[in-house]
Amino acid sequence: MPTVHFTANLASQTAAPICQVDGATVHEALHAVFTQHPVLRSYVLDDQGAVRQHVVVFVDGTAITDRRRLADAVRTDSEIFVMQALSGG
Amino acid sequence: MNTKLYLGTRKGLIEAERSAAGWRVTRNSFLGVQVPMLLPDARDGMLYAAVEHGHFGTKFHASKDSGASWKELACPAFPPKPEDVPEVINFVNQQPIPWDVKKVWALEAGGAAGELWCGTLPGGLFHSLDGGTSWHLVESLWNDPGRAKWMGGGAEWPGIHTILVDPRNRHRLLIAVSCGGMWESTDNGASWTNIGAGIRAEYVPPEQVYDPGIQDAHRIAWSAVDPDTIWMQHHNGIFHSTDGGRNWREILNANPSNFGFAVAMHPHDPQTAWFVPGIKDEFRVACDGALCVMRTRNVGQTFEPLRDGLPQEHAYHLVYRHCLDVTRDGNTLAFGSTTGSVWISENGGDSWERLSADLPPVYCVRFG
Repeated sequence: MPTVHFTANLASQTAAPICQVDGATVHEALHAVFTQHPVLRSYVLDDQGAVRQHVVVFVDGTAITDRRRLADAVRTDSEIFVMQALSGG
Repeated sequence: MNTKLYLGTRKGLIEAERSAAGWRVTRNSFLGVQVPMLLPDARDGMLYAAVEHGHFGTKFHASKDSGASWKELACPAFPPKPEDVPEVINFVNQQPIPWDVKKVWALEAGGAAGELWCGTLPGGLFHSLDGGTSWHLVESLWNDPGRAKWMGGGAEWPGIHTILVDPRNRHRLLIAVSCGGMWESTDNGASWTNIGAGIRAEYVPPEQVYDPGIQDAHRIAWSAVDPDTIWMQHHNGIFHSTDGGRNWREILNANPSNFGFAVAMHPHDPQTAWFVPGIKDEFRVACDGALCVMRTRNVGQTFEPLRDGLPQEHAYHLVYRHCLDVTRDGNTLAFGSTTGSVWISENGGDSWERLSADLPPVYCVRFG
């Protein structure tokens, strides 16, 4: 199962624990997390479901390319990191 | 007399309290995070705050104990954009206006219990009937073809910054948009009319100068005892209406300046209003380095600059549109500046005392 980690700065605002979830894409993995922690969704995604402008999602060390649909593939042993981008804030 | 003052700032929500010794800063919440808008709700004592994280977007919090503890509620959000709905293009930058709340820019109590109205940037109007537990977009305004003429006023996207709910009739609303003029609804938001004959814009081609749909009303204010009397601090002037906002006359004798953002009306005396003037428009600092509040007590026949207690040399303060408030008795006023000073007057503006010069940039000032 992919593992999803969140920046500690996000965890200081709302519950954002490390999660192991099912999913073959970033979209599936993150939405599995948001099912467990619904408040977290709007901290990571904008109103239309795209990754927020100043949030970056890495899969196994590489930033995802599809920030709108989150279609980047993840493996069963992937590590997903949701980080704050230094472009904002 | 009100004894609490709430400040939305660049670095959190900051509170001040009045004791026998005077006003002093007492507490902060959401330290490090922007608070562009807040509402102390006089109906039930609730305190609402829009909290804007640089990375994680805008959130909405409420406090039942005047800011001692907070609970996150739902934040106004645009629904998923249907594929078959065409984009509204911001003609200035030729970019589609996003269906995404960037900033909460207006928040007011409605006429019914638990009813709230929220304006955002970009220009969405949101309505809650359950104290902010849930929100819905007012689609009648969002879908109005006139929205295509709106443009950003000092921001990338146009936004709704003022919401007035008629105390005589809760179904009558006025909103103001920078830059999209003034809009009236008489059916609780089901339909809207762009009003504002006589308002003049200097920043458009000649044939659009009096177009009510492009006006940059920085702020509008009315008196609770006479909501037909409205003052407007506009981007290039000050305007006054006596018929609920349908027709306006330009006020040309402001002293020292007709530029500014904030305006407040006396709650009981419709002849009295306050402004915080500055040098227009590319400077945006206090006139001649000397800060003042400008008051009229005769419906704009004359204006007086009020300077007692305010810095009169090398003062570079700018006061944003939500940063001037007056208490319900009309005696106590407060205003806050982009350079982190807040002043309070307890005699209608005749004299002022500085609460602090050490605050973050101030975005919103409201008495609780």
